[in-house]
Amino acid sequence: MSAALEVRGLRAGYEPGNPIVRDASFAVRSGQVLTLIGPNGAGKSTCVRAVAGLVNVEAGDIQLRGVAIDQLPAHRRVATGLGFGPQSDNVFASLSIAENLALGAPRGADVQGKIRAEALLEALPELSGQRSRLAGTLSGGQRQLLAIARALMANPSVLMLDEPTAGLAPAAVTQVLAQLRRLADEGLAIVLVEQNVRAAFRISDQVVVLVQGTPVMSGTPDELTADPQLTALYLGGGPAR
Amino acid sequence: MSLQILADGLIQGSLIALGAAGVTMTYGTLRFGNFAHGELVSAGAYAALVVVGALGSLWPASLLTPDGFTVTLALLLGLLVGALCSGVVASVIDRVVFKPVRDRGVAIAVSMASFGVSMALRALLETIFSARPRYYSEDLSIAWDFGDVRIAPDQLMVVAVVALIFILLGWFLTRSRIGREMRAVGENPTLAAVVGIDVAQVVRATWLCGGAVAGAAGVGLGVLVQIRPSMGAELLLPMFAAAIVGGLGSLRGALLGGLLVGCGEAAAVAYVGAEWRAAVSFALLVLVLLIRPAGLFGRPE
Repeated sequence: MSAALEVRGLRAGYEPGNPIVRDASFAVRSGQVLTLIGPNGAGKSTCVRAVAGLVNVEAGDIQLRGVAIDQLPAHRRVATGLGFGPQSDNVFASLSIAENLALGAPRGADVQGKIRAEALLEALPELSGQRSRLAGTLSGGQRQLLAIARALMANPSVLMLDEPTAGLAPAAVTQVLAQLRRLADEGLAIVLVEQNVRAAFRISDQVVVLVQGTPVMSGTPDELTADPQLTALYLGGGPAR
Repeated sequence: MSLQILADGLIQGSLIALGAAGVTMTYGTLRFGNFAHGELVSAGAYAALVVVGALGSLWPASLLTPDGFTVTLALLLGLLVGALCSGVVASVIDRVVFKPVRDRGVAIAVSMASFGVSMALRALLETIFSARPRYYSEDLSIAWDFGDVRIAPDQLMVVAVVALIFILLGWFLTRSRIGREMRAVGENPTLAAVVGIDVAQVVRATWLCGGAVAGAAGVGLGVLVQIRPSMGAELLLPMFAAAIVGGLGSLRGALLGGLLVGCGEAAAVAYVGAEWRAAVSFALLVLVLLIRPAGLFGRPE
């Protein structure tokens, strides 16, 4: 099966000539969860932000279902099937839950958007029944679920999330990750950036370790947990499962 | 405060509020105080004057309006043309001046550029139309008595049109797709882009709408006072004060702020003297900022 998202030789950064991501390559297929891990400052967030169109790409290819998207502005990447949830400020706080969801629907598809929003809210009891509530009043976990639901409004083929469990209570972490696994099982390709490595490994099919902007290791969670050095660095030395 | 002062304040305040709505829309989306907003008010007034001059003889007032009104159908058409004209002028100014400066990432430079645009636009209006005061109609709008309060029919018409525009604006910003997108871009343009919103398109729409609202305010103002190139600049301080008092980015804040500033000005003229009129805007501004820095309906950033 061909990759839903394929990144080859990505070189990207905030200042020209000073790349944070260097020669990063990875691919994720439909139904898979790929997690980027690495130390602070490794370039994980920059990498997904570059794929989303928020960071200048100096070199490399980004292909979504075989179509090059690296020259497209961020909003047009969404239209091609790429969803992205930033780490912080991931909802429009002054807009209601319903308005946040409506913004995620493609232009000219308001009726289908309403139907889809209803379906998404039904699957999220934490949000349904309070459509008029301002997103800024939601808890961190609820905001993250809303951000994911909003990204799903455009029916993406790939969903990228930058540290979706950051700052969440353990119960909310479990809830968010369970939703992501369910979405992947339904056929969505998911790219996660996670600091919570142990939890992320539970739902990941593939893991890429990024150090100083470059992938240094990749494999399944089982393969990586078999590496004692990596286990010591990211999993606290104990078993991953 | 007598009822007459209150009525005068609400009439003037409604126009300040409409102008402030344009300020608050532009600021709410772009986080930018446009000091050329006053000239967009004037441009709308003059565009309507051109329409009235061209069509006034074809559509005389007596055929179209009840006794007491000087507002004609030609002026109502002028309102649409004035709004459109100011919207287009605002869009062109953004494309030619503000966007290139904004792209360099120095926020204060955009505001400074708007000072220059303000002076240039005022000079252009003066060159085209001269500084001589002009009127949509030389006829008098004879006031109607409402007990102790006297209100001219034209004033009632202006307030009604302003109310209608505010209702339409409220619907537009909360119910329409582009209105929601404007609010989203104002809050977080980066998130807006990754949600799929074409931020550049929303910015263009914001200038068009903000300019159009300023132009409509200019036409309303032209009904009540002399049309001069400086008419908008003289309304700039009250408009900004109203927008800030109400809370920048808030439409209902602009409405309430405008009415408060208008009533304050009317009271100052009646009780202290006309020369204190402008000071009222400042005083209200300082007072509200001391008590509630984000304004009455603003959200702390």
